[in-house]
Amino acid sequence: MEWASQLCENRGLGSKMTDSKYFTTTKKGEIFELKAELNSDKKEKKKEAVKKVIASMTVGKDVSALFPDVVNCMQTDNLELKKLVYLYLMNYAKSQPDMAIMAVNTFVKDCEDPNPLIRALAVRTMGCIRVDKITEYLCEPLRKCLKDEDPYVRKTAAVCVAKLHDINAQLVEDQGFLDTLKDLISDSNPMVVANAVAALSEIAESHPNSNLLDLNPQTINKLLTALNECTEWGQIFILDCLANYTPRDDRESQSICERVTPRLSHANSAVVLSAVKVLMKFMEMLPKDLDYYGTLLKKLAPPLVTLLSAEPELQYVALRNINLIVQKRPEILKHEMKVFFVKYNDPIYVKLEKLDIMIRLASQANIAQVLAELKEYATEVDVDFVRKAVRAIGRCAIKVEQSAERCVSTLLDLIQTKVNYVVQEAIVVIKDIFRKYPNKYESVIATLCENLDSLDEPEARAAMIWIVGEYAERIDNADELLESFLEGFHDESTQVQLQLLTAIVKLFLKKPTETQELVQQVLSLATQDSDNPDLRDRGYIYWRLLSTDPVAAKEVVLAEKPLISEETDLIEPTLLEELICHIGTLASVYHKPPSAFVEGSRGVQHKRLPARTGSGEGAESPDVGQSGPSEAPPAVIPSQGDLLGDLLNLDLAPPTATVPSVQPSMQMGAMDLLGGGLDSLLGGDIGGSPSMGAGLGAAPAAMPAALGGAPAVGGGLGDLFDLGGGVGMPTGSYVAPKTVWLPAMKAKGLEISGTFARRGGIIQMDMSLNNKAMSVMTDFAIQFNRNSFGLAPAGPLQVLTPLSPNQTIDVSLPLSVNGPVMKMEPLNNLQVAVKNNIDVFYFSCQYPLSLLFVEDGKMERQVFLATWKDIPNDNEAQFQIKDIHLNSDAASNKLQGSNIFTIAKRTVEGQDMLYQSVKLTNGIWILAEMRIQTGNPNYTLSIKCRAPEVAQFVYQCYELVLKN
Amino acid sequence: MIHSLFLVNASGDIFLEKHWKSVVSRSVCDYFFEALERATEPENVPPVIPTPHHYLINVLRHRIYFVAVIQSEVPPLFVIEFLHRVVDTFQDYFGVCTEAAIKDNVVVVYELLEEMLDNGFPLATESNILKELIKPPTILRTVVNTITGSTNVGEQLPTGQLSVVPWRRTGVKYTNNEAYFDVVEEIDAIIDKSGSTITAEIQGVIDACVKLTGMPDLTLSFMNPRLLDDVSFHPCVRFKRWEAERILSFIPPDGNFRLLSYHVSSQNLVAIPVYVKHNISFREGSSQGRFELTLGPKQTMGKAVESVLVSSQLPRGVLNANLNASQGTYTFDPVTKLLSWDVGKINPQKLPSLKGTMSLQAGASKPDENPTINIQFKIQQLAISGLKVNRLDMYGEKYKPFKGIKYMTKAGKFQVRT
Repeated sequence: MEWASQLCENRGLGSKMTDSKYFTTTKKGEIFELKAELNSDKKEKKKEAVKKVIASMTVGKDVSALFPDVVNCMQTDNLELKKLVYLYLMNYAKSQPDMAIMAVNTFVKDCEDPNPLIRALAVRTMGCIRVDKITEYLCEPLRKCLKDEDPYVRKTAAVCVAKLHDINAQLVEDQGFLDTLKDLISDSNPMVVANAVAALSEIAESHPNSNLLDLNPQTINKLLTALNECTEWGQIFILDCLANYTPRDDRESQSICERVTPRLSHANSAVVLSAVKVLMKFMEMLPKDLDYYGTLLKKLAPPLVTLLSAEPELQYVALRNINLIVQKRPEILKHEMKVFFVKYNDPIYVKLEKLDIMIRLASQANIAQVLAELKEYATEVDVDFVRKAVRAIGRCAIKVEQSAERCVSTLLDLIQTKVNYVVQEAIVVIKDIFRKYPNKYESVIATLCENLDSLDEPEARAAMIWIVGEYAERIDNADELLESFLEGFHDESTQVQLQLLTAIVKLFLKKPTETQELVQQVLSLATQDSDNPDLRDRGYIYWRLLSTDPVAAKEVVLAEKPLISEETDLIEPTLLEELICHIGTLASVYHKPPSAFVEGSRGVQHKRLPARTGSGEGAESPDVGQSGPSEAPPAVIPSQGDLLGDLLNLDLAPPTATVPSVQPSMQMGAMDLLGGGLDSLLGGDIGGSPSMGAGLGAAPAAMPAALGGAPAVGGGLGDLFDLGGGVGMPTGSYVAPKTVWLPAMKAKGLEISGTFARRGGIIQMDMSLNNKAMSVMTDFAIQFNRNSFGLAPAGPLQVLTPLSPNQTIDVSLPLSVNGPVMKMEPLNNLQVAVKNNIDVFYFSCQYPLSLLFVEDGKMERQVFLATWKDIPNDNEAQFQIKDIHLNSDAASNKLQGSNIFTIAKRTVEGQDMLYQSVKLTNGIWILAEMRIQTGNPNYTLSIKCRAPEVAQFVYQCYELVLKN
Repeated sequence: MIHSLFLVNASGDIFLEKHWKSVVSRSVCDYFFEALERATEPENVPPVIPTPHHYLINVLRHRIYFVAVIQSEVPPLFVIEFLHRVVDTFQDYFGVCTEAAIKDNVVVVYELLEEMLDNGFPLATESNILKELIKPPTILRTVVNTITGSTNVGEQLPTGQLSVVPWRRTGVKYTNNEAYFDVVEEIDAIIDKSGSTITAEIQGVIDACVKLTGMPDLTLSFMNPRLLDDVSFHPCVRFKRWEAERILSFIPPDGNFRLLSYHVSSQNLVAIPVYVKHNISFREGSSQGRFELTLGPKQTMGKAVESVLVSSQLPRGVLNANLNASQGTYTFDPVTKLLSWDVGKINPQKLPSLKGTMSLQAGASKPDENPTINIQFKIQQLAISGLKVNRLDMYGEKYKPFKGIKYMTKAGKFQVRT
C-alpha cells in the first residue's frame, strides 16, 4: 500500500477526482474503518466503501474479513453497487462458504428480475461462485435461463453450464444440461450458438471420448450460418469446432471451404488463423487438379503475409504457424520471401523465426537475395542471431546445390572478419558443406587452419578436428595440428575427445608411418585415462580393429559416408500432419503434439509433466526440431561378454560424421585379406615396433578376455559386415511396374515401392525396400489394416539381413484372403503398416481387383443366362475401353490369362459380343458383356454384378489387361 | 480460456490482478519475471511462456506487460488479440493507458474487465457496447454522480448487443451529421547500402469517424479498388458485395472505428518518398569515425515531407558524436548510443544534412557492425499506394451528411542499412 499512499500524496487534491483515493486509508485499523463505512446508512458512503474494498482486492490485498459486511450491501437496486458486491463475492466466496450461502436468496430473486441484464448478471455470478452449497441452488435458475426469452440471458447461461461443469461435472450430466446446451446449437441467435459451441468445446476437452459435439452435415450448416453473423470471438470458437469435422467427400469439403474463405479477410488475426486451419485441413480432401484448389492456395498467401505486419507477439505466433504451413505446402508462400526479411529492431524471437522460414523458402530462384540478406545479418549486434544467420548460410549451401559455391565464399568472407563467434559458426557449417559436397571445396582448408587457435567452443573445435582428420592427406602438418589438440585432451568436452580420437585414427590409416606414436597416445588416453564409457568403448574398438585387421579398419573408418540430408530439421511428417490440424493453438507454437502438454482437464494435475517446464528453464521456449542429445553416455558399463556388441551398437547409434557406415559390398571375404594390403606396409610396425607392440600388449589388461581372441572379433565384425545379399525377385506374368508407396521422406529414410501379382493362384505383394537413411535398418515386420476383401499377409515379411544404407532388398510377400474384412474407400484400398528398428510407418496403396479373380471363375452357360436376367438392370454399368487394337479372340485370350473367362461369343452385324464371367475370392460373381466392332478400337463393356460398386474396378482391370 | 490477468509495470511489480475463474496465485508470474530477466531488451520477452501448470501469454504495451494466464489449450492469438482489445479499451476510456491511469480508475478497470470476459469467454469487447454498460469517467460525470448519487453503470441491456448489427446502437441522434474517413498508409521498407530497395510494403488503414443519426447504410467506392487485394474488414462490411463489385457497403458503428486495413505487398512497386545519402565509416587504428547524412525527397508527388525524425543505434564503441545539423536538432545518448535527429520538414531546395565526427574509445578496434538508420516521416494529403476514394453514398436516412476524406502517408518500419 505504500506506493499507493505515496501516489496519492503526490497528487494532492487531484486525487479526489480519481479512484486512487480508495487506496488512502490509514494503515491502522483500515479494515475496521471500512467495516464501519460498509454498515453506514448512507447509500453513497456504502458504495464508496465497497469501491475501496475492491481497490484493495485488485492489488492482491486480503479483505476477506469484510465478507459479511459486503454481502449485506447486496440487496440494493443500485446496479453499480450490486455489480461491485458480485465482484467481491466471486473472489472470496470460496474462502467463506458458510457466509456465501447468505447471498443465495438474492441471486435466486435476481434471476427472476424483469431486466434481462440483471437476470444474466445473477446467473453469471452464481456460476462463478465455486461453493457446492450455492451450486445446488443454481440448477433451477440456470434451467430457466437456458430457455429464457432474451438471447442475452441464454448466451450467458450457455457459458454458465461450462462453469458448472467445471465445478461439478456429474451434476451437469444428471440435470440434463448438456442436452439443453446441444439444443442451443440450433438457436436462432448466432451469439447464442457461438457460446454454446464454446461451452461444449470446453466441456469436451475434459471428456476426450465423449461425443458431445456430434458434428453432422446439419449442425455444420447451422454453424456455418452462425459463423457469418456472430462476433469475432464466436467465429473463433465456431471455426475451431469446424476444424474437428471430417467432411464426407470433396464436394462437401469444397463447399465448407467456400463458406470459410471470407473469414480470411477478418481484422482479428485469431479468426484468420483459425480459418487458415480449417482450410489447410479440408484442402487435403480436394483433388489437386481442381480449379478451386489452385484458387484456394492463392487465397491463403495474402492473409498470412498480413499477419506479419501486426504486433510482434502476433507475428511470433503467426511465424510459428507459417513454419508449419511452409513445410506442408511450400507453394503457398514461395513468392513471399521478402516479407520474412528481418528488420533490425524486430524482437529477437521474431528474428529467429523469420530466419528459419527464409531457409525453408530458399530455392534456386531466390538464393541470391537470401544470401545477401544473411550476410547482412551476420554483421548485426545480437550474437544469437548472428550465429543463426551464419548457420543459415550453411543450410542454404546444402539445400540449394547451385548456391554452394557462393555460400562458401560468403562464409570465407565472414571468417576474414575474425569475429570470434562468427568464425566458429562458419567452421561448424563448412564441415557440413564438406560432407555434402566431398572433394569440392577443400581449397579453403588452409584458411580454416589459420583460425585454429581462436576456436574455443566444443562444437567448432570438433568440427575443425573432423575436417583435419578427414582431409589429413591434404594437410601437410595434420599430425602437428592434431597433436596440439591432444595436449589438453582431458580438458576437452566429450564431443571433442571423440572427434579427436577418430581423426587421429583416420590420420594413422592414411599416413601410418609417421603417426604411430600419436595414435598410440590417443588410444591410451581414451581407453586408460578416461572414465567416459563412450570414449573408452570407441577407443577399444579402434584398437581392436587396428591390431587384428588394419584392412578392415581402413574399410570401416575411412568408409564412404552416406550423404547428409538436405533439411535436417524438418518436422516428422506424421507429426506435421497432426500439427497442421492444430494450427493456431499452443501445439502449433511449440511444434509438439497437443497430447504432449495439454492438461486433460482443469483441476486435474498434469498426467505427464513435460520435461521442459522445470523451473530452471521454464521460460525458455524449447528448441523444437532438434533431436535429443546424441551423445548420452550409457549409465551402466556393459558386461564383459557382450562388450563388443554394445560397442557396435553405440557406434551405430549417433549419426555423427565419424560413425563408420559399412558399405554393402563388404563381405566376410575381407577377413581373408589379413595378410595383404596394409598389413604388408604395417607388417614391420605392428610386429616389429616395440612401442606399438607394448602398447597393444598392455591393453588386454583392461580388455575382457573373451575379446582377446581373434575369432571373437571376427565373429563380431562378421555380424557387422554381413549385410549384403537380397532376396531374388520371382518372375511371373505381366505385373504393373513398381510404384513408390512410401517415400523415404515420410519414413525416416525407408523407401518402399511395390506392386501386386497373382501367380498360379497365389497373391503376392512384391516390394523393394530401399534404405536411404544413414543407419542400418533391421527387424522388419508388416501388417495390414482390415480391408474390403480380407487381404492379409500369409507369412512374416522375409527380410533376414539388416538393410544397410543405400541398399535395396526385394521381397515377395504371399497374401491370403482370410483376414478381417472392412469396406474401404476406395474399395481396393489397402492400408499397410511397416515396422523396422526405427519406427512404424504407414502407407496405403491400391491393388488391381484382378488380384482377386479366381481360377475357377468360368460360369456354366445356362447359369450365366439365368444370372444375367436375375440381376436387376439397375446394377448394370457400362464403360468404354478406348484404343484397343485386338480382335475378339486375342482379347479373349488375353483376358483369360487374368482369369476373365469368355463363356460365349455371338456375332451380330459385324459386332462381336463376348459374354464373360469372373469370380472374386469372396465368391462374388461378375458378369460382363463386351461388344467389339470390327475396325473400331473402342470396346463397349457392360458389367452386371450383385455388388455394383465393384464394376468400376473390374473395368479398370479390363483396361489394364487389354492395354498391356 | 483465459484464467487470469496480471498487469506488470516496467520495474517488474504486479499492480493489478484479475481472475475470471478460480484465483491463481500471483507466484505464477515468477516464470514471467525469470524470462524478463533473461531478455536483453524489454521487448524481447517471449510472448508465450510455459510453466508447469499454466501458460503465460504476454504483450507489452505502453511499457506495461499484460500477462494472461491460461490453463487449457487456447489459441494464443485469441489471447493476444483479447489483450490488445483490453489495451484499446483502457485507452479509449482513460485517454492514455498508463499505470497511473489504471490505478486512478481501478474500479472502472475492474468493472470493464469483468464485463469483457465471463469465465474466460469474451462477453462484450466492442467499445460501443461497453460504453453503454459502463460510462467512461469524465470529470463532469464524476461531479454529477457525487451530487445526484447516480452511477457509472448502465442499467439497461445495450441495444446493439443482440441485433444483427451488434456494433451499432439504436436511437443515435446528432444535430450535425458527419462522416470522416482517414486513409493512412505506412511504408515498411528496407533500403540497402547502395540505396536500392530490398523490400517495401504498405500497411494501409481507413479509419472512420462517423456521427450519423439513425441507421445509415453507407457505400464507399474507390477509383482503383484493384490495389486492394489483401484486406481485412471491420465486421460491418458486407463481404459478398465487396467480392462481387469491389464496393464497401456497410452500416457503420457509431463513432470512431477502423473500417478496413489493407496490405500492398512487396511484389507491387512501392514508391519510396525519401532517399538518404550516407557515409558512416571508421578507420582501423583511428579513434575517429566520419558521419555524413543527407536526406532528400523522392517520389512524393509534389507533397512536402514533414515531421522527419532520423534515429540510429551507433556501434557500442562510439563514445561521442560531434555533429553539425544543417537544420533541426540532434541528440546523442552516450549510454544507449542512440543518435536521433529531429529534422522537421524537408526543403527540396536546401536538403537537410548532418555531418561531423564520432569519437571512439582510444585503442579500440574498429566496430564490426554497421549502424542501421531508422527514418520517420509524414506526408499529408497523399496515399503513397495511389489509393483514391471515388465517392461515398448514404442510403436509409433522409438528411445530407457532411463528408470528408483525408489522406496521409507515414513511415512505418523504414530502415536504411549502411
